[in-house]
Amino acid sequence: MSDIQKLKDIASQIRRDILRMVTGAKSGHPGGSLSSTDVVTALYFKVMKQNPENWSRTGEGYDMFFLSCGHESPLLYSALARRGYFPVEELGTFRKIGSRLQGHPATDTGLPGIHEASGSLGQGLSVAVGAALGKRLAGDPNKVYVLVGDGESQEGQIWEAAAFASHHKVGNLIAFTDWNGQQIDGTTEEVIGPDNLDLRWKAFGWNVLVVEDGNEMEQILSAIELATELQSKEPKPVMIMLKTVMGKGVDFMEGTCNWHGKAPKPEECEKALNQIKETLGDY
Amino acid sequence: MADYINTGNKDTRSGFGAGLLELGKENPKVVALAADLKGSVKMDAFAKEFPERFFQCGIAEANMIDTAAGLSLNGLIPFVGTFAAFATGRVYDQIRMCVAYSETNVKIAASHAGITLGEDGATHQILEDIGLMRMLPNMVVINPCDYNQTKAATIAAGKYNGPVYLRFGRPSVPNFTPENQVFEIGKAIKLVDGGDVSIFATGHLVWEALEAQKLLAQEGINAEIINIATIKPFDENAVLQSIEKTGCAVVAEEHFIAGGLGELTAGVLAKSAKLVPMEFVAINDKFGQSGTPAELMKAYGLDAAHIVEAAKRAVSKKTA
Repeated sequence: MSDIQKLKDIASQIRRDILRMVTGAKSGHPGGSLSSTDVVTALYFKVMKQNPENWSRTGEGYDMFFLSCGHESPLLYSALARRGYFPVEELGTFRKIGSRLQGHPATDTGLPGIHEASGSLGQGLSVAVGAALGKRLAGDPNKVYVLVGDGESQEGQIWEAAAFASHHKVGNLIAFTDWNGQQIDGTTEEVIGPDNLDLRWKAFGWNVLVVEDGNEMEQILSAIELATELQSKEPKPVMIMLKTVMGKGVDFMEGTCNWHGKAPKPEECEKALNQIKETLGDY
Repeated sequence: MADYINTGNKDTRSGFGAGLLELGKENPKVVALAADLKGSVKMDAFAKEFPERFFQCGIAEANMIDTAAGLSLNGLIPFVGTFAAFATGRVYDQIRMCVAYSETNVKIAASHAGITLGEDGATHQILEDIGLMRMLPNMVVINPCDYNQTKAATIAAGKYNGPVYLRFGRPSVPNFTPENQVFEIGKAIKLVDGGDVSIFATGHLVWEALEAQKLLAQEGINAEIINIATIKPFDENAVLQSIEKTGCAVVAEEHFIAGGLGELTAGVLAKSAKLVPMEFVAINDKFGQSGTPAELMKAYGLDAAHIVEAAKRAVSKKTA
């Protein structure tokens, strides 16, 4: 089996996990989690240097990932569990009292893989920039990756961080925008356009790569490769704009904001799971 | 007890600057971030000495707080400096999620706190910052009283592992606590022994309380003066022991009554069934205005004269 096929299979299982977790918790955010699944799979199962068995919050000596759009927590938890950070069975505790898998990522539960709390939008990029600067100061050659939502980019702080990272030439930071064009109240254009995010990142002095199909594993991996190559030549932050589909993989969730923060009913979940192959065994 | 002598007026913010520089020399992990106020918050010397460890953030405080949180993950010890108004209210959500909840080792250096910021007026005179910060779990809140103590508190904050809110001010005020003191986080400092009334003061009001103590002594009232340099964790025992002896209290602070040291003290006394007469020298539910620091302290009832009156009222209620 090719590497790419393996990654696609993992992404498929993560999508099943997301749906089952959110259904089990009767709450959570499936739409964005499903649209970002492929890039997070690529990072955790192909790109990142990491040490799941002996994870440290400092990230020293390893790559670090930050989920700025913290509501996509089911995606992050599934990726971490499937990668061996904690037992897969724990996914069933998502959003339940006493769980390490809080509604939004938290550090006080001691869950391996979470460097910083997120969920209040617009903040994770700044934290990632700080972590990247810290690595630079420590002479740690590894990278920092961060995932930002397109709706989230309406927060002013995103642009504070954009200017800061550009000004301070944070050249070990690769950011991704999950550019699915949907948010709670409608499309990003309807809610507060113009959605010209690629132009904005360019204007802020970042290198910008646009991935036409941000749910295609090959395209994601090529973009990350290109970003790394760019940074080996010039210390500049890179933004990879992933044109994705909200709710990717489930026909009735795709391309609509209706499933941003809504859990499917058990029968809806069943219908969704029928469309997604179980590849690694459900938890 | 020692008679406290003013060794010369100095601003507490310069105490912070001196402490930060000393920390920077001691520990290469100390870094500093400013939001276009590095001169005002006295980070200049650090920035000059350690340019590679100083990060100018521009007028973008939210990013500054969270960038500091990110820096701290790698084991660095970031100090962020700006005016207290912009170091708290403006960035409350950032501090809440990425500093307090995430328990990152970020030190928030808040200068120009309170009404003594002066002429810039109410937009910049934050009087609720202690309340905002002490409501947050995991947050240590320190409010030193003079230059020497601010320097010592800065060094202590740098050595403590966890979030710290360090509050200091703009004007030159008497410098009277020992040079090169060691600051103990969480410990109240008894400055004068007395049996008639306990005066718990914090920040710039500590010197005013000492002045008030002398005036009260002339009238035969022996006031005990306690410097509450750490608001959180709060030294409950020091308060209770003093009240046991004096039976009444005055709390003096450059802050709103709401959320301040007075309410905190009242809560501790109520919880311990020590229902004693108590007076609040603080600002009650109104914004400040432009003026010189001395004019404002007087106009808003935050000087020695007002502490004297409050102490007399407390004592009279006790004997009534």
